[in-house]
Amino acid sequence: MGLLSRKATCSTHGQDSSYFLGWQEYEKNPYNEVNNPTGIIQMGLAENQLCLDLLEPWLMKNPDALGLKRDGISIFKELALFQDYNGFPAFKRALVDFMGEIRGNKVSFDPNHVVLTAGATSANETLMFCLADQGDAFLLPTPYYPGFDRDLRWRTGVEIVPIHCTSSNGFKVTLPAIEQAYRQAQKRKLRVKGVLITNPSNPLGTTMARDELDLLINFIEDKQIHLISDEIYSGTVFTSPSFVSVMEVLKDRNLDQTQVWERVHIVYSLSKDLGLPGFRVGAIYSNDPVVVSAATKMSSFGLVSSQTQYLLSAMLLDKKFTKEYMSENHKRLQKQQKDLVSGLEKAGIRCLDSNAGLFCWVDMRHLLKSNTFEAEMELWQKFVYHVKINISPGSSCHCIEPGWFRVCFANMSESTLKLAIQRLKSFVSSIGMNSQGHQELKSLRRKARNNWVFRLSLQSFYDREQDTTTKVSFSYRPHFMSLSNIAATLDAAA
Amino acid sequence: MLSSKASSNCHGQDSLYFLGWQVYEKNPFHEVENPTGIIQMGLAENQLSFDLVESWIRENPDVMGLKNKDGESVFRDLALFQDYHGMPAFKNELVEYMAKIRGNKVKFDPNNLVLAAGATSANETLIFCLVDPGDAILLPTPSYAGFDRDLKWRTGVEIVPIHCSSSNGFRISMFALEEAYERTQKLNLKVKGVLITNPSNPLGTTMTKDELQSLITFAIDKDIHLISDEVFSGTVFDSPCFISIMEAAMDSNLKRNTDVLSRIHIVYSLSKDLGLPGFRVGMIYSNNQTVVSAATKMSSFGLVSSQTQYLLSYMLANKKFTSNYMKRNQKRLKKRKEMLVSGLKKSGINCLKSNAGLFCWVDMRHLLCSNTFEAETDLWKKILCEVGLNISPGSSFHCSQPGWFRVCFANMNQSTLQVALRRIKDFVERSSFNYQQNMGSLSRKLISNWVRKLSSADREEQER
Repeated sequence: MGLLSRKATCSTHGQDSSYFLGWQEYEKNPYNEVNNPTGIIQMGLAENQLCLDLLEPWLMKNPDALGLKRDGISIFKELALFQDYNGFPAFKRALVDFMGEIRGNKVSFDPNHVVLTAGATSANETLMFCLADQGDAFLLPTPYYPGFDRDLRWRTGVEIVPIHCTSSNGFKVTLPAIEQAYRQAQKRKLRVKGVLITNPSNPLGTTMARDELDLLINFIEDKQIHLISDEIYSGTVFTSPSFVSVMEVLKDRNLDQTQVWERVHIVYSLSKDLGLPGFRVGAIYSNDPVVVSAATKMSSFGLVSSQTQYLLSAMLLDKKFTKEYMSENHKRLQKQQKDLVSGLEKAGIRCLDSNAGLFCWVDMRHLLKSNTFEAEMELWQKFVYHVKINISPGSSCHCIEPGWFRVCFANMSESTLKLAIQRLKSFVSSIGMNSQGHQELKSLRRKARNNWVFRLSLQSFYDREQDTTTKVSFSYRPHFMSLSNIAATLDAAA
Repeated sequence: MLSSKASSNCHGQDSLYFLGWQVYEKNPFHEVENPTGIIQMGLAENQLSFDLVESWIRENPDVMGLKNKDGESVFRDLALFQDYHGMPAFKNELVEYMAKIRGNKVKFDPNNLVLAAGATSANETLIFCLVDPGDAILLPTPSYAGFDRDLKWRTGVEIVPIHCSSSNGFRISMFALEEAYERTQKLNLKVKGVLITNPSNPLGTTMTKDELQSLITFAIDKDIHLISDEVFSGTVFDSPCFISIMEAAMDSNLKRNTDVLSRIHIVYSLSKDLGLPGFRVGMIYSNNQTVVSAATKMSSFGLVSSQTQYLLSYMLANKKFTSNYMKRNQKRLKKRKEMLVSGLKKSGINCLKSNAGLFCWVDMRHLLCSNTFEAETDLWKKILCEVGLNISPGSSFHCSQPGWFRVCFANMNQSTLQVALRRIKDFVERSSFNYQQNMGSLSRKLISNWVRKLSSADREEQER
């Protein structure tokens, strides 16, 4: 049999991580209020399901949008044939207006600088292909979205070098951390092409302060590299401080029309704000016409269905609707976040102070048996298999401090959230309770150790290998240990 | 500084194929508003059967409205559905439709189907799965101009042509195949596979069982992959009927080689058959589980909108509709093709005999002033700018012989095609009149020169 490509046979798709394994376990035993009340509650999926009920009445009032009609007349043929990679003009116009609104209209966007893609997943990968060659590197503040390992690296051959952020300052990006990451990349003989930030942050749920953005802009100016700002959560900012886009900072500093202006690019999507991940609507925004041109051609590999472009152009053009939607969306997100935070507090668990996103960054360091990633994995296993909550361990987000977890709150009803908090509370009390509990946990640990292959999956993060001086070859990523093996052995033990 | 991919021309879009489109966009023909504009004959789209799809849509408003059979809205479920395994109902219908197109001589398993945002995405993804950067795949020429972008640009893979010629109707000969393989080895490139388009773009022909089986034997022998891009499989309007690579592989002799099915992969799309390129529905079919698994993960970069999956799963589930559509669509394609072929014949232009596709492969070698690609480009420019037809020159399909053009017929109505044919006729007549005129004046010139030479020779004779 002819060999397959290295890409097909390696694990750079990053989907062997606990982040994705947790999902798989959830799929096997998903919680359902009626049909499976003891199943696993999915708190590892950053989806916004709180406001879909607002979209449905709009659809009913605007049947032409779904029916592919304009003024009652079918335009089906026009849409069925529309495959222009420059995108549906009305949709791009509506999209840039919507993006401007989210930023309090402090920045305005030009539809000719927008490139539509099938989701932010496609947008991020396309930008990598446009800005970096195989073997180049991008710096990314940790903790970061686990999917980036696949989206930015897998098919592009680009490396990620982490900018380590810690709880000592609320995980904010600092100049020493950026410089240390840059030096690390140089040591590994990698050419740094840029920095990619997620603002608001996934998994932190925080927006970047102006001084952080200033810092980043100064850095990329100095090193003459790019800055990608993944702003897909920009519409989920539900409380102060208000969202400040990197574009706004550039404008305020009168840096528009300078070289650095052309090296800052934004990624956006309607999956998080409008809660429409199934429709695959992403976008790249760039002031560099060469990037726009190349990305536009590349978007051929992931165009947005014209049927969907038409529906959403009609929806976004209804400014009254979008304003009301965003205001209600923020209200509900804020309430749900507050419920989670206060519920966790009652269980003695603190969260990082957050003002955005669909999740909280939760501090469970005090629940670890030891300040190690093995202990974090152990705790995570307990959450998934015994507490029956799928939350995402910080190690899957490349956090350098063990004990932090991302817990999503916007993909479930109020009552499900209450139940999840209750389960957590019971679990925490059972830990603190008695030595019997300790004994049980000790024996569980012994069993686990016997079953696991302790080839420290977590040291497999290349960013923690102190002695890695050679570039890790593209075909080999010492990766997460096969967590499916762990799951299988625990299933067998259960 | 940007990546080399962004700053180079390997997107392949500087070809005349795409340039012609750009010129067309600046001055597009319109029966009423711009009757002297350029007629687009370089776009392989099927616009002949929309009325059938539109009437289905009128009869099924609930599906458009994202409601289920009970009239309940499924909007919420669809809005959240981003599973890269694809909508099960949609995949089930797709495999049945694909089988139907192949006369139900092959059966497909929905678990071996990976959805992608169009065949463009499917082809690129398959290459990422099967070939490493710097390796090569063999492609028979002439081949679809977009492959330079789709197969090479971001993958870093090389394409090595298998030269086919008019001497045998552009069929792939074993000789040409072996020659291409050896040429690749001489270039120190590793061949990982062969990619065929069947039915062929731009030829409009289908491959025979023998041809397919020779290719399969070749792939087994060299231990490489075989990708069959079958996007035009539903446009076969005449005999011989379509034979898929899967059908050819099912032959008992080849089946004995147990891993033959793991090296054969099909690409398909609804853009050509159903005429829905805007909806971005493509797919990869493979019996190789590793390929299916990797391609499924890669499809994250180009998933099909759930809104679209929902609509089309219902449309394809209506078997009466699909049977009726296939039959009538094929009839219309045949009629339109015959109109083009006979019209061109009246202008003294022949086409390669074809039984599929949305275009004809047209022989304009006799209209070239020399047997060169420069002459072909000149002719292309004349036809684009003076005659007002955007047809695609063979060089943009990497044809090794100058003078062939791909002319599309399914993306316009009958009267527009008639206008196009009239324009060609006028052009040909003008060209031959000018030719005669030129020949006339040229021959007069030649004769007077000759006479002068003769008379001077006589004088010399007399002077000696």
